[in-house]
Amino acid sequence: MRWMWIDRVLSLEPAKKLVAIKHVSLSEDHIHDHFPASGARAALPVMPMSLVVEGMAQSAGILVGHAGGFRENVLLAKVARAELSEDATAGDSLRYTAEVEKLDAMGASTRGTVELLRPNEAPREIGRVDLMFSHADQSMSLRGGPALPGNNFVFGEGFRTLLRMSGIEMPAGV
Amino acid sequence: MTRDEIESKVKAVLVDALAVDEDDVTPDAVLTSDLGAESIDFLDIVFKLEQEFGFKVQQGELFPDNVAQDPKFVQGGKVTPEGIAALKKRLPHADFSKLEADPSVANVGKIFTVKALVNFCERKLAA
Repeated sequence: MRWMWIDRVLSLEPAKKLVAIKHVSLSEDHIHDHFPASGARAALPVMPMSLVVEGMAQSAGILVGHAGGFRENVLLAKVARAELSEDATAGDSLRYTAEVEKLDAMGASTRGTVELLRPNEAPREIGRVDLMFSHADQSMSLRGGPALPGNNFVFGEGFRTLLRMSGIEMPAGV
Repeated sequence: MTRDEIESKVKAVLVDALAVDEDDVTPDAVLTSDLGAESIDFLDIVFKLEQEFGFKVQQGELFPDNVAQDPKFVQGGKVTPEGIAALKKRLPHADFSKLEADPSVANVGKIFTVKALVNFCERKLAA
């Protein structure tokens, strides 16, 4: 399974705001394990909320990475707040809106809202996910920690493809 | 802004950043051992203090970056008197009572109490 939890970046205001979308499909394995039928209970295939948080982390992570020209390894360091009130299931889409709250050399904090787009229903906000990211190379080297892999190991091929398909260019040499 | 007002804002920042009860945020509470702060929480606290008070905190200004790595300042698992003096100079807002009583490296984190944060904000606002 590819660890990509958004399908496209819909819009990007550099260093400010990114909107991304995730389409939930029955062909995804995880949805069948969450929750399978058990005894008399029918299956309840929904997207695990932990993966919704990951979707926001990828959305906000791209926003933070883009702000630094993708030169930093942007690591999710803290889930400051995650509140989700409704499940998404196959046929639904999730729209993630991530906004930069603070950004500096050491890291960033972001605020995010999650909307549920269900066919034949008006889009509605179902939660909020606020995150903190660390610029790993900066923060680890300052603390005398181990050296990280030389190449950018966060924004790998999966992200590059996603960004290219979304019309966002990676800077040359990254 | 009075010290009480600063203390109240710092308390709100810590309750939010560390998900602790307001009652636990006493002046002598140590951010790490009493309130459960981990390394990334320090960045979170810096961001929140900047937002709350409108000042800019430079890297290493509130929390030191690499004291434990400097062999001049740490020997045999203990912070040297020279190290403590250097820390005091760099971090005049911090609370050194516990570190001076037992200069183990493990106690360096104990200089960051709630009171130390309030001192820091008070100094920054007065500058």
